[in-house]
Amino acid sequence: MYTPEMKELIKKVEATRPERVARAKRGENFPALSLEERAVVLGKFHPDYQQEGRRALRVGPDKGLVIPEEVARVMESRSMLRTEKIDLSKPDYDTDILILGAGGGGTSAALMATDAGLKVIMATKLRHGDANTMMAEGGIQAATQECDSPYYHYLDTIGGGHFTNQPDLVAALAHDAPLSISWLEALGMMFNKLPDGRLDSRHFGGSCRKRMQSSGDMTGAEIMRVLRDEARNRRDSISILEFTPAVEIILDESGKCAGAVLYNMETREFFVARAKAVVIATGGNGRLHIKGFATTNHYGATMDGVVMCYRAGVGTTCLPSTQYHPTGVAYPEQNVGLLITEKVRGLGAHVLNAEGEQFCFPLEPRDVESAELIKEAIEVNKAVVTPTGRYGLWLDSPMIDLLHGEGTVRKELPAKFIQFERHGIDISKEPMLVYPTLHYQNGGTAINADCETVVPGLYCAGECTGGLHGENRLMGNSLQDVITFGRRAGISAAKYVNGGVQLGNLTLDHVAKFEKELLDAGITDSIIAPILLPDYSTDEVSARRLAEARQESE
Amino acid sequence: MSAPKQVATGDRAILPEGARTIPIFVMGKRYEVPETLTIMKAMEYAGFKFLRGAGCRGGICGACPTVYRKEGDYKLYFGLACQTVVEPNMYLAQIPFYPANRQLYDIEKIEPLADAVHALYPEVFRCVACNNCSKACPMKVEVLDYISAIKQGDLARAAKLSFDCIQCGMCASRCMGELPQYHIAQLVRRLYGKYIQPRAEHLTKRVAEIESGKYDAMLEGLQKMGHAELEKLYKEREREPDMIALGTWMPKDVSHL
Repeated sequence: MYTPEMKELIKKVEATRPERVARAKRGENFPALSLEERAVVLGKFHPDYQQEGRRALRVGPDKGLVIPEEVARVMESRSMLRTEKIDLSKPDYDTDILILGAGGGGTSAALMATDAGLKVIMATKLRHGDANTMMAEGGIQAATQECDSPYYHYLDTIGGGHFTNQPDLVAALAHDAPLSISWLEALGMMFNKLPDGRLDSRHFGGSCRKRMQSSGDMTGAEIMRVLRDEARNRRDSISILEFTPAVEIILDESGKCAGAVLYNMETREFFVARAKAVVIATGGNGRLHIKGFATTNHYGATMDGVVMCYRAGVGTTCLPSTQYHPTGVAYPEQNVGLLITEKVRGLGAHVLNAEGEQFCFPLEPRDVESAELIKEAIEVNKAVVTPTGRYGLWLDSPMIDLLHGEGTVRKELPAKFIQFERHGIDISKEPMLVYPTLHYQNGGTAINADCETVVPGLYCAGECTGGLHGENRLMGNSLQDVITFGRRAGISAAKYVNGGVQLGNLTLDHVAKFEKELLDAGITDSIIAPILLPDYSTDEVSARRLAEARQESE
Repeated sequence: MSAPKQVATGDRAILPEGARTIPIFVMGKRYEVPETLTIMKAMEYAGFKFLRGAGCRGGICGACPTVYRKEGDYKLYFGLACQTVVEPNMYLAQIPFYPANRQLYDIEKIEPLADAVHALYPEVFRCVACNNCSKACPMKVEVLDYISAIKQGDLARAAKLSFDCIQCGMCASRCMGELPQYHIAQLVRRLYGKYIQPRAEHLTKRVAEIESGKYDAMLEGLQKMGHAELEKLYKEREREPDMIALGTWMPKDVSHL
């Protein structure tokens, strides 16, 4: 519930609303920035462009690359394993394809691999489907309309990414996107459709055509439910190991990828899983909390795949870049950091300052939009300040019913409606308070359009990879990323395995070699990673954990 | 307006100024936690580190269902730990998993008929309409209504009514008829999405165009283009008007459609 002071401020929003709605109905928008103006606001206000809190990597394939401190710390980490204690000669699991991560990308890969007649093991840190895919709200891009085409999907994506994207990946995405939607439709996904079956499509930040397909405001959840259900129907060929993340990739003596060491977090046992090919789809790094920002990411988003690949010699693309979503929740405190889908702005809601004035085009690419909000707060000084001392700007959701008819907010944003209703806020009547939040790992392991890495037999897909989005991702391209490249990874890995793979003796020598490199670089204080789960205990609690302190000192 | 103190805390609980602490009972054991936090953040504040029982932390994954009672109140309450705010003297337990059998089927072969659903899950007819399922749902899904629709053979209605389900299993935990409601609903939604909802014809056409190779040369050309040329094309894009019906607008330049 809003405080009386905040309710007073909302009156200013209500005062400007009728005139703003009338303008929106005439199709008039707040002017968007030119490319030159974008560069200015980004340079001044976007966290990626600040030098503070970043440093160069001292080891590994990307030595010298300047990235956020929190990311550098896990990239320069030590292994959880004492490799000499692991007997690699007797694998506990043996399979065709081992998939690490069971979100949208991993599950899509599993389905394509079993379509090719192969056996799959999926190992995942939490439950099957506990992933950022599940949380993606607004939609999935694909050029399905007659006025659109993969050509414009390509242009929007590479322009949104400031022309830093890896071209072959963008082309693969634009090409496959409608195929992926068709695949999901055939699996029985419930899309929002018009009565004649046409996919309901909307604009989003940086789009020239309405290309955002959706399922209410739980598009990712619907995708994940359907993919998971299909994988469960194939239990003869897909085994799922939950609460059992990988902690290290295994190679064979000729340098091919040959499996992974898995860790059962419930029993604290390690297992050797041998596989003819490995697909890594472990997702992003929001839980590293770069610069202390809150995050929209799920509990397990700790960048495990990138860390393991790095030790195996796989470098990265675009890793210095992180996406801050312009509209994270700033109030109520319980929901701080959570995502408010861009669809709210796609449906016409304006972003406003404390005076109820518009100060930016609501659908700029995400990094530009974030920078504009930060500017309005810290330079223009016209943000609302919440009772817990956070900045917030208004997102005028009540406009949506005024533009599209009574009940649209409930119908198009059901999950968001419930989430705010729980805290006594009716978003169809009252605006939401928002501020940028840590949302997406733009960069990651380097791949090509077939999801291959430099290590034979090692494939990556989804948020753990880099290049597709360049330095800025557009809305709806992440869900399309996990489906398109998850499918591609499954198909490529299956083709590789079906071509005949002979594994030699298994080895973890690359891990020992990496740790030696750390020592040679004088790095003796590195943490152990993958960190698997963040720790949110208070300093007071940590200080009383004496047994742990003793173990660490030994 | 005074500048706020910069908060750099990630997900660690931030206490509003003058925050009071209140007692809560986690599986019967008392902890003092700040008021206004969610159950999840309050338990982390107290020192718990979740393995099970935490997932998206945003109310959509179904990992953290929690049951609780309040002092002096006979009623049993249900909520998601990541969404429910602590109250003084609430006593709670998380139920991160609840066993519920799921039937195997082949989506390509199954018929989109109520009979097929009834054959896989004959226990739907054990439903006694007690409505405990709906009361237990943290997403306010009308579980009983969709189960009734399935019994009556209205799969489309059941699919729509069950859409907000996050498959946490609380309905199944309270069911007198011992139904796995959320698995049945998942089956029904897929049947609806695949067979009952009208197919997107423009999508079928686009898939055929892509498979015929229509866009291959265009995408090839874009990949070879330099920054300046791409930037020029990017700036020249025509924007589809916001308030115009889908499928009715065409750009002036149709050479790349």
